[in-house]
Amino acid sequence: MKNLKSIILFSTLLIGVAAMISCGGGGKKAHIGASDAASKVYVAPGQWDEFYSFLSGGFSGQVSVYGLPSGRLLKVIPVFAVNAENGWGFSEESKPMLQSTHGFVPWDDSHHPELSMTNGKTDGRWLFINSNNTPRIARINLKTFKTEEILEIPNSGGNHSSPFATENTEYVVAGTRFSVPILGNQDVPINSYKENFKGTITFVKVGDDIGGMDVAFQILTPGFDWDLARAGRNASTGWFFFSCYNSEQAHTLLEANASQNDKDFIAAINWRLAEKYVAEGKAKQVPSQYYHNVWSHETHSATSTIKRNTLMLDPKDCPGLMYLMPCPKSPHGSDVDPSGEYIVGGGKLATVIPVFSFSKMQKAIEAKDFIGEVDGIPILKYESVLAGEVQKPGLGPLHTEFDGKGFAYTSMFVSSEVVKWKLGTWEVVDRMPTYYSIGHLSIPGGGSVEPDGKYLLAMNKITKDRYLPTGPELAQSAQLIDISGEKMKMLSDFPTVGEPHYAQGIKADMISKDQVRVFRIEDNKHPYVTKTEKESRVERKGKTVHVYMTSIRSHFAPDNIEGIQQGDTVYFHVTNLEQDWDTPHGFAIKGSTNAELLIMPGETSTLKFFAKDVGIYPFYCTDFCSALHQEMQGYLRVSPAGSSVPISYSTGK
Amino acid sequence: MKKSSALIIAAVSLAMIASLFLPLWTIDLQAPQYPEGLRMHIWLTKLSGDVSTISGLNHYIGMKPISAEMFPEFGYMHYIVMILIGTGIITSLISKRWVFGVWFTVFFLTALIGMYDFWLWEYDYGHNLDPKAPIKIPGMSYQPPLIGCKELLNFYACSFPASGGWVIISSGTISFLVFVREFFLNKK
Repeated sequence: MKNLKSIILFSTLLIGVAAMISCGGGGKKAHIGASDAASKVYVAPGQWDEFYSFLSGGFSGQVSVYGLPSGRLLKVIPVFAVNAENGWGFSEESKPMLQSTHGFVPWDDSHHPELSMTNGKTDGRWLFINSNNTPRIARINLKTFKTEEILEIPNSGGNHSSPFATENTEYVVAGTRFSVPILGNQDVPINSYKENFKGTITFVKVGDDIGGMDVAFQILTPGFDWDLARAGRNASTGWFFFSCYNSEQAHTLLEANASQNDKDFIAAINWRLAEKYVAEGKAKQVPSQYYHNVWSHETHSATSTIKRNTLMLDPKDCPGLMYLMPCPKSPHGSDVDPSGEYIVGGGKLATVIPVFSFSKMQKAIEAKDFIGEVDGIPILKYESVLAGEVQKPGLGPLHTEFDGKGFAYTSMFVSSEVVKWKLGTWEVVDRMPTYYSIGHLSIPGGGSVEPDGKYLLAMNKITKDRYLPTGPELAQSAQLIDISGEKMKMLSDFPTVGEPHYAQGIKADMISKDQVRVFRIEDNKHPYVTKTEKESRVERKGKTVHVYMTSIRSHFAPDNIEGIQQGDTVYFHVTNLEQDWDTPHGFAIKGSTNAELLIMPGETSTLKFFAKDVGIYPFYCTDFCSALHQEMQGYLRVSPAGSSVPISYSTGK
Repeated sequence: MKKSSALIIAAVSLAMIASLFLPLWTIDLQAPQYPEGLRMHIWLTKLSGDVSTISGLNHYIGMKPISAEMFPEFGYMHYIVMILIGTGIITSLISKRWVFGVWFTVFFLTALIGMYDFWLWEYDYGHNLDPKAPIKIPGMSYQPPLIGCKELLNFYACSFPASGGWVIISSGTISFLVFVREFFLNKK
């Protein structure tokens, strides 16, 4: 009897434990079998991913390119930060790309990748990205995956609300995050913020090709902090919607002082009307100075030009240009659905997700349904422009994208989840926890009129225990979620480069089909090009020496250089003579206080080297180019100043 | 000569005009590093394809650089073919068996000499290597096959007629059949 009792007791305990195990991990639901998920992200060796995904690097200043669904890192594109790995910002040719009115800026904080669009659809021509710290917008050519244009944004204290594009990429925009005194005296007390500090929203015209970017016009705004934006499309074409926080116009302890108002704003700007006002001469010439840096594939070099003056529109002189829609609690996302009718606000501290209706906004404007104004900009009545509110969505709604099938997906920073809800009924239909604290999310085409609702990439700010630990400094993470079905399915996660603030994805064949493989050596118009080995030479001009060098598997010409004197500045102009795909050569020299060069086939790159001390300096190819790569090396002899050693150079002698 | 035979020879001669505008031969190289392969096309007057890339790779084994200027044949081969075409048409007009016999023999010998010349060049390239070449393998030569495939270090080299070559081969074959018909089957 006793035995039986203990058996029963033991069995009951076991069942209890089993039940606990099976109910465990309450937060992690909607899991699918690991092998099922694995097969969905498995891209066999040699096979290509279905999508490119461009992730901003945040504080890395760059853009990283991943393949989806595999999550394989394909490339890091240097943009706003110097990149010793390939000489970006170190070679003489690339230095002008990072020039600004503040001089050479070697780092920045890259935030929002934006693919160019045609008819509201991503077209795979270019990728734009903003720098938040020193305000700029860069354009990356997706045929070369190279940053080929950077425009500085004048009259801005920090470029966060950027570089979102209009439906046909007529413009990319730049809303200033940190308002600053921009007109007249800059030297004012910080506590005169409300009186002297202003924001601006800049419309940058893009032009037909690389080199075409310029400030078209700027709009003067109250000293709010402009956060994010999206262009209208379809129904709302011709409009642009910008979210802001700090409508309180606080200048200190913003975490509290900018969270006082129950509602901040989403500004609606009629940019077609703005164009009209500019054409009518309503814009004021404002003295400004800003850099425009453009890369040329003919000279394989960048040039900087300084532009002056911008055209500034003041909304109070331009009726109908700008309206403010009250939006609860410091909105982050300002996201327009593919139809253009709905504008979703992501109030970081709000308990609902408000959705605004473009048609109701039009009616409210017509009926002058205003509840006040700020600096002459009418404030529309919340209830009059509201389409609906998503109730109890979670905590900390940040950013919303769409699947093109009638659903929206909002990232929830505080409750660390993705929430799927239905447009029109505003009901939450599914949730997926993310690890941990998701910022932005990205659906390929999710910000365009034609989303590809197959995958969603969640970009998380905190990883903690998700990967093998790496000391106090950990990677951020991205998580791939399958959104093709009714319920979201978590597929995989992978660490990221820097801190991605946003990503945009596109079907791979939109980009892969039209890639540059080599630069034709005949087309090289670099002033220091060396097109054949016979032309390689060394020329002295006073204390400066120019080395016209070639590289081809597996030697440099010349590879023995003498006659350099202590105190000389030596420019190595290295032309890669290869004309075959994937045959770059590197160039590095001992003791260089610079970086290396990585030279693509048919390209010329220049490394500046200062001959500080007498001695023999080996140089070599850093990119494993062939079976005889290790032999690809040479020597530079530096003699004392005034030495009688003549300039001489040779290969194979 | 039968009227139908003469007509066939006229047609064959005209068809060979195509070979003036098409590559005759293609050498195809496959290696792990070249998933798309490397190809060199040989025309009557020129080379095309990945000539500079192949030439660049060949320097490792000490092979001479390949360029069209090195082959005097490119200066006259197309004239020879034009003459064959012209005389072929004249042959069909004259329509005499012995004339055709001479024409066919010349055609056949020309093709044979052409192939021998091609083989000589391949031999020269494959064997006369720079003694200072980085890669030297005792006993190894790099002559590509005249027709067929062969492994040459990390490359798998295939050499086959291209469209223009097939035109000439077909023309030759048809002419041969006509030759057999005229001289062996229809002896009057």
